[in-house]
Amino acid sequence: MNAPQVAMLSGNRLHLHHGPIDLIIWAEGTEVARAYAQAVARFEGLLAELCSELDALRNPVPQPLQGPIAQRMAAAVAPFRPAFVTPMAAVAGAVADTILAAMCHGTGLARAYVNNGGDIAVHLTPDQSLTTAIAAPGQARLVLRHNLPARGIATSGRGGRSFSRGIADAVTVVARTAAMADAAATMIANAVDLPGHPAITRQPARALQADSDLGDILVTTALGPLTQGEIAQALSNGEAAARAFAATGLIAGAALFLHSQCRTLGDLSLEKEHALV
Amino acid sequence: MTQSPEKIRCDACPVMCYIAPGQTGACDRYANEAGRIIRTDPVVLLSKTLQGGGRVVPFANRNWEGDAFPADTLITGIGSGTTYPDYKPAPFIIASVVDGADMVTVVTEAIFSYCGVKVKIDTDRFLGPEGATVRAEGEAIGHVTTAEYGSQMLSLGGVHHLTGGEKAEGRATCAALLALCNREAVELTIDQGSTIVAQAGRAPIVDGRPENRMRVGCGSATIGMFADQWHGLVDEVVVVDDHITGVVSEHQAGKVLGWEDTGIKILGRRSTPGRYFRVSEPGLGWGGTSISDPLQILGPWNPKKGARAGLRLLMVSTTGEEFAYFELGAALVPQPKPIPEALLPSVKLIDENCEPSLCTVLFMGGAGGSLRSGVTQNPVRLTRSVQARETRLTSGGAECYVWPGGGITFMVDVTKLPDGAFGYVPTPALVAPLEFTLPRAAYLALGGHAGAIKTLAEMMREGGEYPTGARLQPQAGALK
Repeated sequence: MNAPQVAMLSGNRLHLHHGPIDLIIWAEGTEVARAYAQAVARFEGLLAELCSELDALRNPVPQPLQGPIAQRMAAAVAPFRPAFVTPMAAVAGAVADTILAAMCHGTGLARAYVNNGGDIAVHLTPDQSLTTAIAAPGQARLVLRHNLPARGIATSGRGGRSFSRGIADAVTVVARTAAMADAAATMIANAVDLPGHPAITRQPARALQADSDLGDILVTTALGPLTQGEIAQALSNGEAAARAFAATGLIAGAALFLHSQCRTLGDLSLEKEHALV
Repeated sequence: MTQSPEKIRCDACPVMCYIAPGQTGACDRYANEAGRIIRTDPVVLLSKTLQGGGRVVPFANRNWEGDAFPADTLITGIGSGTTYPDYKPAPFIIASVVDGADMVTVVTEAIFSYCGVKVKIDTDRFLGPEGATVRAEGEAIGHVTTAEYGSQMLSLGGVHHLTGGEKAEGRATCAALLALCNREAVELTIDQGSTIVAQAGRAPIVDGRPENRMRVGCGSATIGMFADQWHGLVDEVVVVDDHITGVVSEHQAGKVLGWEDTGIKILGRRSTPGRYFRVSEPGLGWGGTSISDPLQILGPWNPKKGARAGLRLLMVSTTGEEFAYFELGAALVPQPKPIPEALLPSVKLIDENCEPSLCTVLFMGGAGGSLRSGVTQNPVRLTRSVQARETRLTSGGAECYVWPGGGITFMVDVTKLPDGAFGYVPTPALVAPLEFTLPRAAYLALGGHAGAIKTLAEMMREGGEYPTGARLQPQAGALK
């Protein structure tokens, strides 16, 4: 059994890795070293804590949960029911939120982030902002600012490590926490879809990963050519879901990408990189 | 749900995924390839013949090309993974033929809570009292130990600092050891002493000032080396040194050449003629002393023993970095004068003959306990085989010095390992690569895991216990 791995990366970033969890962490302000130490301390045993309730976390029917991260995950996915969802839809974001909270406890960080494979928890103090680049056509930049409530960024879609039921290349969501953004990105990416379209190949999740929490639900494995009209229709389906989530305050904004087209909504502060436009 | 028989449970992390053939686990790093767990991170292989940067070669590639690995490929423990606590054989056990002999190499990454580093800092400057505590991030991580030739020595880490003290102490110790082993710069403060920046293979920085050169020898040795070149150009030479300050007119080397007495008086404890201990306290001044004005080690000049107006005096440090020229005035008091051109070559020669000051870092660890059972079913026989030099121990392909006595306690120069060879676990403990190489017959005799041995060709085709990729690197130097 491999133990958690800890390493420093260039730019004074901390790298924590254990099993499927891979965190890139950065902070600035006072007591950065202490914040990193607290992150390492919280990381120890974190995966075991999650795995002790793995069956309950993979269950679409709400189960009693003990661990604080498990409870964060359950709380983040609950608003999306009755649609099919398990707490695992928020696992990456919830881990990022948990580590960030451990880092900020009693330290004087001005800015910090915990990036868990694209699901990012962000800490900002007054007048601070954090800019992230989106690897998408147009090379957009996403800016989180202290005066807006969003502190979580998450991306879901066909390209990721998790399975998607939809066809979006990527859906990036900003929300109050990384766990909420993670769950919402999953749900919106699932909605970017053209049900019954012959160009879309789907397989039961279990056939791809025996342990998947999605069981026999079909997930997208290949996508053939689509017309511009079909792309627009799929994005509109996703956008409708995103607008409904934004209307109830679940998300602050979203950017939906499929082939050449993109939709954005909410206060995403998506800024074009002028040099590349 | 029924598990089909070919699904296997991955034991690499607590998720314990059931993985069907052709699938990956939740991490995408381990997969079930035809009924066995494989890993995707590259294991590091070294080659002396490989030019330029590293290159990555996948294990288990169906379209394998015969020349993917150079003939002199040496497999290292870096990236091999570990089977700690070794209830199963080490990740790589490889058979190959070396100079006609059938050899087996067992490769693993070992977790060391009993480990530390010895840091040699090439300087005569006083860094702190022997036994003084050395700190990193304010935490005690080791101490100043006995000085060696031209060098100050630090002993850092060890199990008491790593796991015996407060959590913060263990963390700071582990972080400092890891950085030093991976050839990064670390700031160390010595109680009642200096603050130094140490980095393996680089010049030490003492109190913000980079050290340039080791002394050419002690003051007495310097007199011996250069007396001949000074004779006739100057009447007296004093080589200022914290250890032994030399005076040419009194020194045996000067006497042989016929140097005349000068009536000089050195304020220090005379050892033998022309050799003086303790001309000052140790410090950051001339030749590792605390002095910045060399005249303060001189007493009154004695005219009855040869002192006279116009007498020419050269004072120089053991590195040639500091020097001054004087002539005695009418009252027999040295007066500073510009140094004559003819003397400059000898001062420069001292400087030229000094080796560059370096920090060197030796990792020292003990490979005992369960690690040995990943190598053989009879652990103590491995210890004995290593002790008897039958089994060759390398760390990341680098030669190790194995300390005599019990256990497998070894030292290795961290600059001889490839980049990023060391890691750590939050225990806290360091992770270092280890390779055991021994004749196949000897391996089997000491209870080796015969069933786990693969040929080099099989290893290249199939990988080890986990890996499915390999990174090839030139064997030594310029790995950046």
